[in-house]
Amino acid sequence: MIRASLWQRFAASRSGLIGLAILVLVLILAASAPVFFPGDPFAIVDKPFLPPFGTHLLGTDSLGRDMAAGIAHGAGTSLMIGLVATLAALFIGTLIGAFAGFYGGLVDNLLMRLTELFQTIPSFIFAIVLVAILSPSLSSTIIAIAVVSWPPIARLVRGEFLSLRRREFVEAAIVLGMGDLQMIFRQILPNCLSAIIVTGSLLVATAILVESALAFLGLGDPNIMSWGFMIGAGRTYLRTAWWLCAIPGIAILLTVLAINLVGEGLNDALNPRLRTL
Amino acid sequence: MTARLRFILGRLVQAVPIVLGIIILNFLLLHLAPGDVATVLAGEAGGAPPEYVAQLRHDFGLDQPLWIQLLLYIKNILSLDLGYSFRQSMPVLQLILERLGPTLLLMGTTLLISVGFGVLLGLIAAMRVRRWADTMISILAIIAYATPLFWIGLMLIVLFSIKLDWLPTTGMETVAAFYEGWDRVLDIAWHLVLPALTLSLFYMALYTRLMRAAMLEQAGMEYVTTARAKGLTERRITFRHILRNAFLPVLTIVGVQIGSLLGGSVIVEAVFAWPGLGQLAFQSLFARDFNLLLGIFFLSAGLVVIVNLVVDVIYTLLDPRIEAR
Amino acid sequence: MPAPLLEISGLTVDLPPGADRPHAVEEVGLALAENEILCVVGESGSGKSVMARSILGLLPPRRLRVSAGRILFKGENLLAASAARLRQIRGGEIAMIFQEPMAALNPLMTIGRQIDEVVATHLNLPRAERRQRALELLRAVHLPDPERIIEAYPHQLSGGQRQRAMIAMALILEPAIIIADEPTTALDVTTQAQILALIRELRQRHRAGILFITHDFGVVAEIADRVAVMQRGRLVEWGTAAQVLNAPRHPYTRALIAAVPNLDPPPPRPYDRDSVLLQIEGLDKAYRSGGGLLGRRQRVVHAARDARLALRRGETLGLVGESGSGKSTLARCILRLVEADRGAIRLDGVDLRRLSRRAMRPWRKRLQMIFQDPFASLNPRARIAETIAAGPMLHGVPRAEAFARARELLGLVGLDPRAADRFPHEFSGGQRQRIGIARALALRPDILVADEPVSALDVSVQGQILELLAQIRERLQLSMLFITHDLRVAAQVCDSIAVMRRGEIVEYGPTAEIFAAPRHPYTRELLAAIPGKAWTKPKTDAVAEEAGSGR
Repeated sequence: MIRASLWQRFAASRSGLIGLAILVLVLILAASAPVFFPGDPFAIVDKPFLPPFGTHLLGTDSLGRDMAAGIAHGAGTSLMIGLVATLAALFIGTLIGAFAGFYGGLVDNLLMRLTELFQTIPSFIFAIVLVAILSPSLSSTIIAIAVVSWPPIARLVRGEFLSLRRREFVEAAIVLGMGDLQMIFRQILPNCLSAIIVTGSLLVATAILVESALAFLGLGDPNIMSWGFMIGAGRTYLRTAWWLCAIPGIAILLTVLAINLVGEGLNDALNPRLRTL
Repeated sequence: MTARLRFILGRLVQAVPIVLGIIILNFLLLHLAPGDVATVLAGEAGGAPPEYVAQLRHDFGLDQPLWIQLLLYIKNILSLDLGYSFRQSMPVLQLILERLGPTLLLMGTTLLISVGFGVLLGLIAAMRVRRWADTMISILAIIAYATPLFWIGLMLIVLFSIKLDWLPTTGMETVAAFYEGWDRVLDIAWHLVLPALTLSLFYMALYTRLMRAAMLEQAGMEYVTTARAKGLTERRITFRHILRNAFLPVLTIVGVQIGSLLGGSVIVEAVFAWPGLGQLAFQSLFARDFNLLLGIFFLSAGLVVIVNLVVDVIYTLLDPRIEAR
Repeated sequence: MPAPLLEISGLTVDLPPGADRPHAVEEVGLALAENEILCVVGESGSGKSVMARSILGLLPPRRLRVSAGRILFKGENLLAASAARLRQIRGGEIAMIFQEPMAALNPLMTIGRQIDEVVATHLNLPRAERRQRALELLRAVHLPDPERIIEAYPHQLSGGQRQRAMIAMALILEPAIIIADEPTTALDVTTQAQILALIRELRQRHRAGILFITHDFGVVAEIADRVAVMQRGRLVEWGTAAQVLNAPRHPYTRALIAAVPNLDPPPPRPYDRDSVLLQIEGLDKAYRSGGGLLGRRQRVVHAARDARLALRRGETLGLVGESGSGKSTLARCILRLVEADRGAIRLDGVDLRRLSRRAMRPWRKRLQMIFQDPFASLNPRARIAETIAAGPMLHGVPRAEAFARARELLGLVGLDPRAADRFPHEFSGGQRQRIGIARALALRPDILVADEPVSALDVSVQGQILELLAQIRERLQLSMLFITHDLRVAAQVCDSIAVMRRGEIVEYGPTAEIFAAPRHPYTRELLAAIPGKAWTKPKTDAVAEEAGSGR
């Protein structure tokens, strides 16, 4: 019953539904890539610079690779990296924020200084440095994004913990004789989940943006097709074949937009108090 | 105003461990980098003479225990000795300082545009909430918020430089023209339009959304009812009471986003060949000049610390409750 | 009777669709004369505030809408007035004071600017003259050092000072009517007494009509000339203060008045005066802020100073004081929710303060707590059976048995055991408080610490919860440490009382003695500040019926 009403509340926002529809399409695209475009998306299939809507739906790039195959395979890359990096960032951020907010005092002070440190460092530059040092690969992209993305989560969770920590039900749990870990993970954390879910969903969008920017700069995994890489590869031909850049960019834009819309819909559904009219 | 001074001093003191933390992080990254630390410091086969590498080994105590290395490293960095880039044949610090100007110009312009227009658009959206102006602004904001910076930069180049030929594609000035005085300023401004616009769009969208939300939140506060009960006009209530209260959370986020803005400028500089820190970082990255990269990394973080302090000062001017914090 | 200044008739305000009732205010009619204080009394959700706000058109747009009725101010229908005319009246002829002065003042503007705005909006006066006027009024509301206050920001004043500043702001144009929406609810009892005296004084001086919204019959008895009682959006009774307070006719009014605790303590209860269960010796707790590198002067707030108490088996000991007196902190030190700096907490001769947190755990089940806020004291994500069974399970009771006990306890506290599988948000405030009591009882404690257990509840529900606590303490032979700011409640519940001020216990003794012959000047001040102390409640046969609606 609660689940049904959650869905109803989500469905009440038109933009959330639009976002969900686009996101489902992107997911289908990613899942069907091996079916419709089997084989290597880096393979050369035709003459270079074929414009879209010809023999190949989205044309071919400067080397004659199928753009549509790249877009389809890139969808999976973006979503996977966005999701895994976000989960890792959520894990780090939640742990740090939970302990800082629960224990307060010195623990909080130290953990928050650390968070501030990571927030002060220009995150994208940090990500570049990390990828450069770890050498470009799928895992280093994920690590870099996770390492630079957790601070906002830590702050959010800490804030929630600080306010929930003072709630009387937590005092009640102490008076009952509950241990700290049980209080943190069984009593308080479930009450922050909706905020974490909402922020996490928005973080997936940011992670996809960072991933595409890294790939655009040539710091992506050279063996994996991604939208950012396609834009980077096409940028030299901006004067003659601008669609080489335009098409993958639209794919990123739509995916990120969809995730943001879903995130906001979730926010409205999960935190009705926070709704801004 | 001792309370304000104390607050600012307090923030200054808080910045110390952050700067120290950044140095330590730098040190760790240096050790994480593939290869011998001395060669990394020398810019990896960047043509550094063996005597220099030996000198580095001694200066950084690379034959000594790790913690002594760390202390030496901190000492070197704090005395602003960031090493020498053999690739660029210039001390790292001097290289960075040369590139700082363009980056600051880009960042400053972007900050002005994004905060100014963001606040304005958010204000308009909130005052016209749920009417067409609000809907338009909100839709544009959420689209701009989802657009990759580098892509919008490229698309702007396609439109304004290639198709319309209104604006220059790359660079900061028309070097061959040897402009001087106001002509040069105008030329730079002309080159600045596209990069600044590109970098601003995302942040403008962010501040528009924040400002709108903050305005609507503040409009529901009890002091607004008081103002209304005093017989003030809605206009006066919005501009004298709600606006300033709503701007504070936006300002906080401006401070938080400074680092991200600097990161964004790396991408924009790469797209527009803007000769700033970002482009230098980009070059050092592909030259595998890690020492230069880490120098940029350290100074850009320091820059964020300084800008954050400025934001804090502005905050104290706007919020009298500082002492209570 | 003089012609009314304000005449409300047939006022109906619609609630948005989907609310628990169609109208926030339904067919309400009342009149306010010059030089008169009309108290509108009601519990939360009675529509009294909505009614007051609709007079000046201050209802939140889109959610609440006046659908019928007239509000005549000197013969002019305010509901039909233009926006410009309404602005003229607001602040100029009808002014308003709110409950929470901190929220009602703009935090970023000085008090002076906020007062000045009223004058500048309505009158064309030079700045210096406006300032002069503001200073005069700050003086008139007895604010010390008006020159300083006028430059101060709201956060730099105390709660009472802020409310005085609000009142000055409301009075500055000598409005014909002042609407005061629970203006003393957020204040301490001694500050409340001062503000009430000020409002009475101002009524006499300005001959204004004052519409005073409150939930507290003590306050009504203190200042009302006439009284109107509201229940669920309807006006159920109105009349002169004497009529309504001393001879209430409507059953709801009677129930409300019956629920107001008496000021005379009941005859002492029997309990074993020799067996001390819990002994508090020299407990100290100080909070320090500031200091450190920057040479800011360190501020030390003593929440408890050399506290000494003894709780006997079966006794209820009251900790009484105003906000910030340290009573809550002292209780939390005893439960070790807050660690005291010094002193001993002896339970059966064992000093709990010296136990490690782990060693403390087995002792926890003997000391349980009931909390103030029924909305914060239950985990919103846990079913109530889980909440109640958590304690016994932590202390080794098997799950099935703990849940069975939880259901049993729900019955004991007067709830349907079938409610065990529901979540807290499905219950009303009073019901939640019962769940909180069940949770505390689940561990079969010897001592119950109750921290303001009824102050967040409506008066009729308050009575029921106090009744339940009284039954339980008899049946289970519990000792209780009862924290309250409400001396009426303390008089009825406590066998002995410790009066606290700024962390110190200034007076400690049997309840009857303290009420009859207070020795410390502060105790005397507190007792003198109780609103409506001169009023003796009528003997009504009305029993506090189950008025706590909810689900």
